[in-house]
This record gives sequence, structure tokens and C-alpha cells, in this order.
Amino acid sequence: MMQMADRIKLKVLDPGLLTTVQDSGRWGYQAFGVSPGGVMDEYAAELTNLLVGNPPDAALLEITLKGPTLRFEEEGWVALGGADCGATLDGKPVPNWSAFYGRAGSTLILGFVREGCRAYLTCAGGFDVPLVMGSRSTYLRAKIGGFQGRPLQEGDVLEGINLVEARDEPGKIVESIRPERDSDLPLTQSSTITLPPSLIPRYGSPILLRVLLGPQEDMFEPEGVETFFNSPYRISHEADRMGYRLEGPKINHRGKADIVSDALAKGAIQVPGHGMPIVMMADHQTTGGYPKLGTVILADQYLLAQGKPGDEVLFFPCTEEEAIVAWKERRDHLSLVRAYVDRLWRKYA
Amino acid sequence: MSVSENPSVRFLAMGEACVVVEFGNTIDPEVNERVHRLARCLQNLLSRPEATTYQGTFYRQEYRSWSEVARAGIRELVPTYRSLAVYFDPLEVKRQALEAQITQLLQEIDVPEPAGALEAEAGSQREKTFPRQGKTVIIPVCYGGEYGPDLAFVAQHTGLSEEEVVKIHTSRTYRVYMLGFLPGFPYLGGMDERIATPRLETPRTRIPAGSVGIAGTQTGFYPMESPGGWRIIGRTPIKAFDPFSDTPFLLFPGDFVQFKSIGEGEYRKIEESGGRP
Repeated sequence: MMQMADRIKLKVLDPGLLTTVQDSGRWGYQAFGVSPGGVMDEYAAELTNLLVGNPPDAALLEITLKGPTLRFEEEGWVALGGADCGATLDGKPVPNWSAFYGRAGSTLILGFVREGCRAYLTCAGGFDVPLVMGSRSTYLRAKIGGFQGRPLQEGDVLEGINLVEARDEPGKIVESIRPERDSDLPLTQSSTITLPPSLIPRYGSPILLRVLLGPQEDMFEPEGVETFFNSPYRISHEADRMGYRLEGPKINHRGKADIVSDALAKGAIQVPGHGMPIVMMADHQTTGGYPKLGTVILADQYLLAQGKPGDEVLFFPCTEEEAIVAWKERRDHLSLVRAYVDRLWRKYA
Repeated sequence: MSVSENPSVRFLAMGEACVVVEFGNTIDPEVNERVHRLARCLQNLLSRPEATTYQGTFYRQEYRSWSEVARAGIRELVPTYRSLAVYFDPLEVKRQALEAQITQLLQEIDVPEPAGALEAEAGSQREKTFPRQGKTVIIPVCYGGEYGPDLAFVAQHTGLSEEEVVKIHTSRTYRVYMLGFLPGFPYLGGMDERIATPRLETPRTRIPAGSVGIAGTQTGFYPMESPGGWRIIGRTPIKAFDPFSDTPFLLFPGDFVQFKSIGEGEYRKIEESGGRP
């Protein structure tokens, strides 16, 4: 086995607008009022993680609208994906959806997102912050997890997880590669570790979302349900990691617009008395007292996570069978891309 | 939507990865107890392999298949006032099979306790598998003064003395209907209406962790610092939420809370010893 690199170290020179450490979520505590949290866009996060051979639950940076500026204090492999924010490494453009090697002293600058809303940056092994209740996700509301329970600030130093006990391939391969000469760096070669356009998701407006009705669809007028499915909505400025409030034609309730609180899932669409839908996102409250008209299907939730204020949203009814098929296709696609990236790394090594 | 044989239970879908088992649509201790009983039973079946080997009645086979299904794909259980949300992986678990299993389980839970001598043993085993009730947790509270800045207002509003308010508040056992809003925040039920007091017109921006409050006919306490509009009548040194503990939460949904009045000296003693009973 080759000598292991020191742990990668990144210093935050500028934190960007809202940059937090996230992983696949803090599951198992919703009964106690703890949101599952985790990355908003699981699809982009998993693709980014697999670019450096990480498992889907490795911790990465979730970058919102405007990216941070980071300096490599110790060298190592990183990967970038999600919304393209025109990254540069020491002034040279870095392709989005790619893995690259940063030398100590290099500066990585992520700018404003060009399309979509959230970018993801990870390092080989994922970022090393303490596990809090089984997760490295930043839970802003409770100020726990991630980097000291808060968004990144100037001067913070992030380290990668020590991969001496490297897990599976291709993580082991990634870890074993220490480019000696700059000409060995993937960015300077024609064959970089980059996902081609055919394998990556596209973001933008309008956002088309498939919805399964329920659990409280019977609390709406049939005409209200029709309005919901036949009208354009816009993402309002009240759109954050907890939920997205949309604006558009009013959805009428049949009677009262509240219920005795019950559970809320990510993707659930609550409609309070004002008749505007609110879609629950990663840090959603675990219970809620407004009727839920429907739920955005798993396979489409990432599209909304990449939506920003002003984007148009259109809802379409769908069947549970279609939803499960779409989800299965997503999982299969991710397995295939993982195998493809594995092959790229073997070739590179 | 499918309706089980039990007319009071409805299975609702919240997306393709969640089934909501709805027992009613009111705040009612009996409805809530059924929710928590099912939650406890499911949790036991998920976490204790021995629960699947219980012998002596007809349903062993179902448990075995149940536990296989469950371990493969049940992600999380969320009990609320009136329903239990069961989150699952739709690529591992079929909704219909899950609903059938839960229907079966509900019938077994509702079977009366065995009476005979032979069944007594089975009964205790049964109690382990299907625990009847949540635990009662004593919450010591230092009422009034700097810890309870609104106690005087509550007394004035209700026409009682501060001592009477405290006496009434500590005289009942409150059901933890559910936890939510903040990590470990209990929605308690059963407060005496004589001490009901409306919320503050302007919420405070910062309420210290442990604050015990009244909002309308509700009472509860803040497990962590938060903004809020409840009338604060006291504070507990007990840490109801400690993310770095092996047991981050003191209260489970379905438990019961009993408040107990303590002095400042005892408050400090409990605080210094780590804030756990």
C-alpha cells in the first residue's frame, strides 16, 4: 500500500452566503421532534460523493447561491457538483461535476450559482466533524451538528476524515493516488474525472413536480385540488432549508384549514388558511397542524431543492406505482454512475 | 386509501415512503394511548430479536415475517396526537403488506390480557413485547422569581395566589401526547383550566432552556433556548435534551410528566450534577 496522505485541510477565507456541513441526515429522532435534515438535494450530493469514491452518507459542504473561498492548507482530492458556480482553482476554471486535486497553498473560489440553487463540495472520505446523534449534518434550528452547529465562518478550518482504514474501492484507489508532478493532475489532462452532460441532472425554471395526493386531500374542495394541479406557482422569498412557500392561485379548503397535528414528511405540501402551498424541505418540522394536500415524489424532490425564489413550479398528479418506478430508476442510475466513475479512477490510476 | 377491519383506524399515504396509521382526529387520551401502544410494539419488534421468538400463541409466524419485512425497510416511527407515521423504503417494503401486518398487529394488541395460570407467564412475556404504558418522569421546578417571571401575572389573571397556581400545576400528571416543535419539546395534555392563561401578546426573543410555561390550557417546558410566547412560571434544572448524551432525550412520546416544586438550593444542586434525574 502506498503512503497515506496527511488529512486534507481547507481554510475558509470567505464562507459564502450559507455554507453548511451536511450528510444523508439525522434519522431516527423525528419522534422526539428532531428533523432528519441532511442535504437538500440528495441526488447532487450522492453524485458528488461518488466522484471521490465516498459512500452516500459522507459529509460534504452544502453551498447556497454564492459559494465560499477556500484555501488548501493540506493537499488532497475534492469533488464539486450540484449547481454550477463557476469554480476556479488558482484562477483556472474547474469543471463542475468533477474530482480534482488541490495542492497546499492553492485557493478554490466558488462564485454565484449560474443555474440551480445549491452546490456540493466534498473531499475524499468526507469532512470530519463530530457525529452528533449519528449524523454530521448541521441542524441550524437546534444549533447542533456540522461545524459547531452553525454555518461556516471566515477562519474555520475543515479537515477530511482520516482514510487509513479506507473503506471500499474506489475510495481506496482515490486515497492511494498522490500526484507527484503537476502534469499528473487530472485537470491538466484530457481525461479528467468528470461526469459527462449525459449523466448529470439539469436545473432551472419551470420546475415540474409529480405529486401523490394525501393524506388530507379530502379537506380541500375538488376545485381547490384542480387549481393546484392546473396553475403555475412561484417560489417566494420564504424559501429555506425548512420549507418553500409558493405563491399563486389560492387553493380552497372545504372547511377549516387546520387539523390536530400529525406527522410531516420531506416533500409534504401543507396548505394553511391563506391557501398558498408550503413544501416541506430537509429541516422541516416533524409535525404540523395544517392539512396536507399531497407529497412531492422522492424522485422529484431534488428539483425543488435546486429552485430559488422567482422560479416557476408546476404540479402534476401521479400514481404510487409511477413514483416507485421513478425512484428505482434514480437508484439504478446512481449505481451505474458509480460503476462508471470507478472505471475512470482505475484508468487514471 | 384503504380502511382496515377496525373502523376506527385509517391507513393514509404521505408520499410513497410513508404510511400514516390514523386512530382519530381529536386530542383524546384514549386515541393517543393507542398510537403510542402501537409505536412501542413496533419499536420492540424492530429492536429486539427475541420479541420475534415469543411462543405460545397463534401469531408467531406473522411476527417472524413481520420482523423480516420491518428490518429490511422500516426507517422510522413518528407518533403524534392521533396517528403513527411509519416511514419505510418503498423499494424494500410494499405498502399493502405493511398495512396488512399492522392490521394484524393491532388485533393482537387489542386482545385482552390472558387470565389463566398457564397464560400468566405468557402474560409477562406479552407485557415485555407489548408494554402497556409509558413511564412517569418527575420534573423538579423552581417556581416564580427570576425563574418564573410570569407567575405573578398568571396568579393575577386567574385570581389565585402564586402558591395556589403552583399547587394546582403540580397536582396533576400530564400525558406527553407527542414531542415536536423543538427537539424534546413535549406537548402535554390535561392541565387544570383554573390556571389557563393566554400567551404573551409579544413573544420573547429568548426563553432560557428549562423554562416551564402556560399557553392557554396547555403547559410544557422548553428543552432548549428558544424564542416563545408562553407565560413562564418556573424553570427546571433537568436537561430534557442533551445531544451529546447516549440518551439525548429524557421524555418519550407516551410518557407522563409530574412537576414537583423545589427551592433554589435544590435547583442549583441538580444543575451542578449534570441536570439528569
